[in-house]
Amino acid sequence: MAIDLPLIWAVLIAVAIFAYVVLDGFDLGVGILFPAGRTESERTLMMNSIAPVWDGNETWLILGGGGLFAVFPLAYSILMPALYAPIIAMLMGLVFRGVVFEFRFKSSARSRPRWDAAFFMGSFVAAFAQGIALGAVVQGVPVEGRAYTGGWFDWLSPFSVMTGLALVSGYALLGATWLIWKTEGPSQQHFRTIARNVGLALLCFIGIVSIWTPLLDPEIFTRWFSYPSSLYTLPVPVMVVAAAALMFTSLRGTRDGVPFLAALVLFLLSYIGLAIGLYPYIVPRSVTIWQAAAPESSQKFLLVGAAVLLPVILAYTAYAYWVFRGKVRPGEGYH
Amino acid sequence: MDELALDLARAQFAFTVSFHIIFPAFSIGLASYLAVLEGLWLLTGRPVYLKLFRYWLKIFAVAFGMGVVSGIVMTYQFGTNWSVFSDKTGPVLGPVIGYEVLTAFFLEAGFLGIMLFGMNKVGPRLHFSATALVAFGTALSGFWILSANSWMHTPAGYSINEAGQFVPEDWFKIVFNPSFPYRFVHMMLAAYLTTAFVVGAVGAWHLLRDRTSEAARVMFSMAMWMAAIVAPIQAFAGDMHGLNTLAHQPAKIAAMEGHFESRTRAPLILFGVPDMEKAETLYKIEIPDLGSLILTHSLDGKVPGLKDFPREDWPNATVVFFTFRIMVGIGFLMIALGFLSLWKRWTGALYESRFLHRFALVMGPSGFVAVLAGWFTTEIGRQPFTVYGLLRTADSVSPVAAPAVGTSLAVFILVYCIIFGIGILYILRSMRNSPEEGIGPEAGHPIRTAGITPVAALSQDKPETSGAPAE
Repeated sequence: MAIDLPLIWAVLIAVAIFAYVVLDGFDLGVGILFPAGRTESERTLMMNSIAPVWDGNETWLILGGGGLFAVFPLAYSILMPALYAPIIAMLMGLVFRGVVFEFRFKSSARSRPRWDAAFFMGSFVAAFAQGIALGAVVQGVPVEGRAYTGGWFDWLSPFSVMTGLALVSGYALLGATWLIWKTEGPSQQHFRTIARNVGLALLCFIGIVSIWTPLLDPEIFTRWFSYPSSLYTLPVPVMVVAAAALMFTSLRGTRDGVPFLAALVLFLLSYIGLAIGLYPYIVPRSVTIWQAAAPESSQKFLLVGAAVLLPVILAYTAYAYWVFRGKVRPGEGYH
Repeated sequence: MDELALDLARAQFAFTVSFHIIFPAFSIGLASYLAVLEGLWLLTGRPVYLKLFRYWLKIFAVAFGMGVVSGIVMTYQFGTNWSVFSDKTGPVLGPVIGYEVLTAFFLEAGFLGIMLFGMNKVGPRLHFSATALVAFGTALSGFWILSANSWMHTPAGYSINEAGQFVPEDWFKIVFNPSFPYRFVHMMLAAYLTTAFVVGAVGAWHLLRDRTSEAARVMFSMAMWMAAIVAPIQAFAGDMHGLNTLAHQPAKIAAMEGHFESRTRAPLILFGVPDMEKAETLYKIEIPDLGSLILTHSLDGKVPGLKDFPREDWPNATVVFFTFRIMVGIGFLMIALGFLSLWKRWTGALYESRFLHRFALVMGPSGFVAVLAGWFTTEIGRQPFTVYGLLRTADSVSPVAAPAVGTSLAVFILVYCIIFGIGILYILRSMRNSPEEGIGPEAGHPIRTAGITPVAALSQDKPETSGAPAE
């Protein structure tokens, strides 16, 4: 049997996108929660908890985009024009928040609130645009030949706005639980309260998406609700309930890392749930992963590099996180 | 309508990539400079190197951050605005850019945090490794992206399938395509020169205010060595790159030189205005025979003219004629500054000559101007193709309507001008701070200000002694 290269690549890119979603997710979440920082020093603490790692987190987004361009160029060239406005909005949001990490500490006390606002707005817009893009893809993208044929506002629908808000609340939960892990004392208590609230919001959104998505397409509906395929899909909602229970109990507990890990599990399960609905399409209901795949020589060439380099990348990324392990404290950082 | 959408998409790409290239051109050189400074500090233990390291690290952090965010935009813009190009070239260019992400971007990002924030956590030696890895990552990133760009100028190692996609046949030929080695060397040297002239200008500015400042002296001296050695090498590398272009993209050379008619014993046109309508260069000032001599290294060598090529394949000679001359002119000024500094160094006036310092100060931004002018020359010279001779720019664009592209272009201009304008302001403000002033949170670290040392006690040509009172 020949090796199914497109399938391997689809899994690899799905993993890269997931890595992006949870890694940049928590630092975008910290940005979304920035207005909840009660004092100047608390906001500085929030920012310092992510300053050494945000750049590495965002690199996964470039890997996702670059990987798509390399291995599924057809999907890349259809999805990007289809999602033109949300992608541009996301990029602008990332520009705004990315520069604040340095600008905020170079600015005068008078203009600092403006950068704080830019950090929140940039993070929110980036997260919301990503959620909208996700919703727009799940709805399906019309294609003719090798090009997108839909309109310029197809991405905007009640469903995509809802997924946009869902992702914002999800990132906020990741951010809040990250801050529980990285802070102590009254700040930590503050973020525990926030985590509880955004956690509840996220669970509502997960419920809505779980009902709404199968209604978009009968095929997805059968996959989830008909026997025997529901035997395979049933564990997903069961585990969602378990992970949510773990998270809410751990919010009252003493092990500060557990809420964050539980939030990661919630994301993973939602992600798997989405994948069950979308497979085998890369451009939903138009182009499958095999139709979009680049020639074999492209896939092989990059796969060799990915097989060697990804473990190395994971190792030194883990090292970078290890160096900055533990609680962040006021007065650290180089500014 | 379609024509307008195409022009807007081109304007947007030109605008965003021009803004972007400023930051890597600076941070590639600055990362290496930081690695050298930290290495010298570890080797000699002289506090001035650490002081300079900390000084430039803060500037690097701002420039690098702006490079990252403007770079992400580029990764996605291929797809949003040039989707047909992406579909057709993805199989070839995608993996090359994929290798850039896997080998370079992650490396830079992974160790940048340690470089910026980790000195007290990992100790000086590991910290130096992190700095060196970031510097290596920036250079490696240049390797891959210039390979991808060069392939668009001199495509090699491919075939074309029934869907019209470029299919990779020989990866070695793709990565090391004919123009890549030349473009890579030329751009890397440009990045190092750009940084050297910025460092030199900052050193010169502080020397103009206080010529006893040891930190200003050290950075100025280092920068002037770079100018004296690398600027002439760059002229040689540029000439080689030009000859390579003549072999592979003769129409570009014809446009750069303002030649419409092909001829032997061609003159070198120093100045003129190439008129694309009339297909001749007006108001010419020329030196007989020199054009053939430079391009073919023989008086009787044949130099191409644009009329050798179909009219619809002509690049815009009016633009590239001037951008090319701006780049070359700056190159000569750089060489002049380098040689002047050698002479002043020889006569012992390197830290005394106010003329030299003013010259170096004015030349501070010259590297950026030269880099932009050079890129305009090579990229506009590649037109009207995205993949030279094979894929037209007009056939590469996304099916996105003009109003959508116009809106995004307006947003890009607004956001970039605000964000990068403020960023450049912050960088200039950091540069205004004296490198002698204490920087960073290290309260226990030696802080010396020029004012504390009694100036009268020092002889004019001796640097401040390192055992200053404030320590």
